[in-house]
Amino acid sequence: MELVVFLIAGALAIIGALGLILFRHPVHSALSLVLSLFAVAVLFVNQDAQFLAAVQVIVYAGAIVVLFLFVIMLLGVDKAENLSVEPIAGQRLIAVGIGIAILALSVFFIFSVSGNAATGQESVTAEKVDSITGTTTSATEALGDDQVDGTEDAPNIDQLGRSLFTDYVFAFEVTALLLTIAVVGAVLLARKPKGELAPLPTIPDRNAGPVPELDALETLGDT
Amino acid sequence: MELTSTWYLVLAAILFALGATGLLVRRNPLIMFMCVELMLNAVNLTFVTFGNDLNDLGGELSVFFVLVVAAAEVVIGLAIIVAIMRRRNEATADDLSVLRG
Repeated sequence: MELVVFLIAGALAIIGALGLILFRHPVHSALSLVLSLFAVAVLFVNQDAQFLAAVQVIVYAGAIVVLFLFVIMLLGVDKAENLSVEPIAGQRLIAVGIGIAILALSVFFIFSVSGNAATGQESVTAEKVDSITGTTTSATEALGDDQVDGTEDAPNIDQLGRSLFTDYVFAFEVTALLLTIAVVGAVLLARKPKGELAPLPTIPDRNAGPVPELDALETLGDT
Repeated sequence: MELTSTWYLVLAAILFALGATGLLVRRNPLIMFMCVELMLNAVNLTFVTFGNDLNDLGGELSVFFVLVVAAAEVVIGLAIIVAIMRRRNEATADDLSVLRG
């Protein structure tokens, strides 16, 4: 059953990712991204990470992609990109080559590592990871070992919340600070500056040297 | 056939490679951003897989923080794109070379 879910969701994720790359229209790309994110959320559920699946759908599919769509509509750039021009010669070929290289390297390392794990070193790895993170998640272990509160089949939201607000509470607070700074920065960046702004200079020829109209760029400093 | 964590890792690698390829191929900054999100998502999938495999809660906690950072990054990035596009319609990533300091 899990295998069937994995195969379907994995295929959908890959289809969504391909659509993201191949659609010429930004709106279509954004919708493909939603498909891919939903499929990954299904895979999270398949791996007993229900909380993260919910957060994935709410934050990614619900907030981030909607923000993308807002910006696409706001800017009126919902016209198709002209994919026939290739400004750097051979860019696409090299990009696809790099992508395949990344894939090949990742798969190679995945299989070499899982080969080690099959020979019985898995427990050692687990202990190592525990010692590296150095977090004594005693509450978690107690829950995991004794299965108190009858949490055997219950989602791990309980443990996740406990860990987040005890061991990782400082990181959690820093996260709040980060979000506040991001909001302030976004407001500051998107504010309409006073006065008329000169448009950005058009790009001269590639081999024409530096941009000649630097005066126009000075208005950028006001924002 | 049994579903092992290797399957998930390979799928995450495929998604990551697709995102990287898209980032390098496309020139619309919005789509490049979406490709970055896809790559972050692939990494999240590996975190959850390892967390599930090693029975460690750290994997899921990392995903939580990655999500927050991704949200903040998208907010700032889109604000920058809006600020640029307000001055020049129809910008591609190539046009941003005028931002040389």
